[in-house]
Amino acid sequence: MSASVAARPPATRWQRWRRQYTLAAVGGVLVMLWILIAVAAPLLAPYAPNAVELSTRLLPPSAGHWLGTDELGRDVFSRLLYGARISLVTGVVVVAVGAAIGTLIGGVAAYAGGLVEEALMRLTDLVLCFPPIILALAIGAALGIGTTNTIIAMLVVWWPKFARLARSLVLQQRSLEYVEAAVVAGFGPGRILLRHIIPNSIGPLIVLITLDIGNAIIIFAGLSFLGLGVVPPTAEWGSMIAAGRELVAQWWVAAFPGFAILSIVLGFNFLGDGIRDWLDPRSRRF
Amino acid sequence: MTQPDPVLEVRDLRTWFYTDHGVARAVDGVSFTVNAGESVGIVGESGCGKSVTALSIMRLLEEPARIAGGSIRFRGRDIVDMTPAEFRTLRGAELAMVFQDPMTSLNPVLRIGSQLNEAMTVHGPSAAVAARRGIALLGSMGITSPERAVTSYPHQFSGGMRQRVVLAMGMSNEPALLLADEPTTALDVTIQAQILDLLQALNRDFGTAIMLISHDLGVIATICTRVIVMYAGEIVEQGPTEAVLAHPRHPYTWALLNARPGLDQERGDRRLITVEGTPPDPIAHPPGCRFAPRCPFRQPVCDEHPTLQAVAPDRLARCWLAGENDAPFVRQPRPPRPAVEEIVTAAEPIMEVRGLVKHFRLRGGFLSKPSVVRAVDGIDLTIQRGEIMGVVGESGCGKSTLGRTLMRLYKPDRGSIKFAGQDIANASAAQIRPLRRRLQMVFQNPYASLNPRMTVESILAEPLRFHGLTAGAAATRARVDELLGLVGLGAAARDRYPHEFSGGQRQRISIARALAVEPDFIVADEPISALDVNIQAQIVNLMMDLRERFGLTYLFIAHDLAVVRHICDRVMVLHLGQVAEIAPADDLFTTPLHPYTRYLISAQPALHGPGAGSGRLKLTGEPASAIDPPSGCRFHTRCPIAQPVCAREAPPMRMLRPKHEVACHFAERLG
Repeated sequence: MSASVAARPPATRWQRWRRQYTLAAVGGVLVMLWILIAVAAPLLAPYAPNAVELSTRLLPPSAGHWLGTDELGRDVFSRLLYGARISLVTGVVVVAVGAAIGTLIGGVAAYAGGLVEEALMRLTDLVLCFPPIILALAIGAALGIGTTNTIIAMLVVWWPKFARLARSLVLQQRSLEYVEAAVVAGFGPGRILLRHIIPNSIGPLIVLITLDIGNAIIIFAGLSFLGLGVVPPTAEWGSMIAAGRELVAQWWVAAFPGFAILSIVLGFNFLGDGIRDWLDPRSRRF
Repeated sequence: MTQPDPVLEVRDLRTWFYTDHGVARAVDGVSFTVNAGESVGIVGESGCGKSVTALSIMRLLEEPARIAGGSIRFRGRDIVDMTPAEFRTLRGAELAMVFQDPMTSLNPVLRIGSQLNEAMTVHGPSAAVAARRGIALLGSMGITSPERAVTSYPHQFSGGMRQRVVLAMGMSNEPALLLADEPTTALDVTIQAQILDLLQALNRDFGTAIMLISHDLGVIATICTRVIVMYAGEIVEQGPTEAVLAHPRHPYTWALLNARPGLDQERGDRRLITVEGTPPDPIAHPPGCRFAPRCPFRQPVCDEHPTLQAVAPDRLARCWLAGENDAPFVRQPRPPRPAVEEIVTAAEPIMEVRGLVKHFRLRGGFLSKPSVVRAVDGIDLTIQRGEIMGVVGESGCGKSTLGRTLMRLYKPDRGSIKFAGQDIANASAAQIRPLRRRLQMVFQNPYASLNPRMTVESILAEPLRFHGLTAGAAATRARVDELLGLVGLGAAARDRYPHEFSGGQRQRISIARALAVEPDFIVADEPISALDVNIQAQIVNLMMDLRERFGLTYLFIAHDLAVVRHICDRVMVLHLGQVAEIAPADDLFTTPLHPYTRYLISAQPALHGPGAGSGRLKLTGEPASAIDPPSGCRFHTRCPIAQPVCAREAPPMRMLRPKHEVACHFAERLG
């Protein structure tokens, strides 16, 4: 970009903001919308999510059932609203707990160095050796069906990526002078790691967390699709798709939960990209 | 005299940044001329518009910066109105630029040769011609075996060598004008001397006009015949270097000159002359003289904006008081202070170091064996209570490692460190913790040494609470205010974050943090080298004041020998992890006994004006590496008086003068 004598006026603050953050705003709105839906599901849902009514099974979308009914006559729209609760909660819990465990392991590894680092990082590599879905599936199958068990199974495969990222972030910070100043002040390693280093490494972690919630939602829905995850008849998007997988003519049974997953994952991804841009001053034009 | 032939004519240049907070007038009506074959220096504090001027000339401005007015004529053609395509034929060919950081200005994945050739082939010559000329150029830049250099990658070269390559690229098309923006700031003083010699030779032998931008008047004085002083986006003084340095006509130039201690200057009061404050915010320049708010010679007339006027033949100054006489500015007499030497009373060692060794093991690559950096390799040192011990040497000589090992940030491999009678070399972290209060450190980089996510209050209060130094929140708060007052910051600083402060202010916070725990001994690792010269003087003065008030002992690590001579009682010269010479400061600088010390002293740029530096001790070659140090005396590979014995036997430390020890077989020859 070369300079020219002030011909066209420089872009205003708002123009630059719009150029960079429109998608992030769309993502934020989608995520907010789904959170509101999850919270207000009992108020919004026209029917109880698990009310079986065999006389009205497999009805196409209509004024009475906006998104139709499934093979047991349950209202797809109502189940979709309630399903948002499970998806959001599992997504957030898996990522939050996974990030916490991973950050601690990676942080301790980087700060301690030596044998501790070697042991922790090889453990991380060990978990990363397995295809995550297959490993989670195996652990989930061993633990039994249920939301909690599936979350535990996912956590086992979830923390390593955070451990790796946290390790590299802590290594970066550890050599900075403010950390040496904390050592010189006499602070112990726990305080230095938790109070000084990790708060300064949090930016990229937040980005990964936001981008990852969508990912966790997909994996959880995938596990539910395969029969793990929620106990029937709980309304959950993955199991709703599973129920509709053979019903080609009744496309609405599987398609609407699919769109729901698509929109929530897209929302988290747009939001995560936006946060990354905002935290990275080099890509920040606004 | 022939009519001067201008290469570059800048007329009333205005480069403005259209920010969200208003228009920042970074360059605000600058006019100057660079004649063919001339060397012109631009000097000023950071934020004065020097670099923006250069970027405007190279048309490298990025949004929101715009050239808002004025003209830049290069060889008679206006380059502001050229299309980008037209300008590209000039840039890199007739008009070249060298940047500050040689570590990032070469492409790391391309061989030196192909980068150099590309710079030429885009402007015409065939690849074969370019390749031949590239090798010749590297040779003339002082690179040994240029045939091998062209097949190397940048990472195989040191910073000084890379800057030579960058210069070769700049010179490859024989430009009429070379812009050099702080080309030696990132380099060691010894390498700086070599690069400055090279720039001078390019100017002399190729007739290339040079526009050198630097914050260091010494650097400018070494090679420039004319100097332009910039302040707050304007030129405040302009004239022949020698005349300007001898008799500055603008108080800002005067302040820049006096903030810098001379290397050859006998030491009186250790405080330096400073002007308080920082350059004004470019969004809201003061309506009158822009320097007036900081000017010690301010008069009522200064409320009116002065114009740049001729004050003598060839000399311009923007000051109402520049007048006709040669020395309008005189040092104000300062109140007498107690002689600082009296502080060193009892000869009681506070720090005793014996045979200190700290090696770093580098992880070997695949199939290659791990190597060892001998950062500190057998150092003996005794520091008396109340003393200021200076440590100097090139980068990689182990000065920072020494400081950090004394702080026990690193655990020494061998040797003993006795602090106030206690051995801390082998103490565990828990045993050291109570001593941390008495051992503190001030760091080099004010931008990295404060936790960016903590307010100033929590930065200062955390160690107070941790060590239980204050009882209760009110006492902590009062102590934080007191500390801020001690370092010259108001209580308003308390709730702000580090990024809201300038480098000098951050260094004050850093000093306040060190003082919070009431230490006895402070290691200051290059505390001023990241700061502007005037801010350097302020920090030095602050450190001297605090030393008097609290009887502190400093280990002062620096590469600026002039400052070291000015403030230190004794100075230790380190070379590749070993002590080369240790002596009282004045003695060391008046009668250096080690050839390395001589070399360091002569490499320091001085305010003599161009040509005077020709008596400089010239050493060729790069510093040896601490990974595989030379046998015997580690300096023998670069030493002008080396004998065969130097390669075989390491010289012992000998005391040749009172308190003056040196490790050289032939020190008597220099004495």
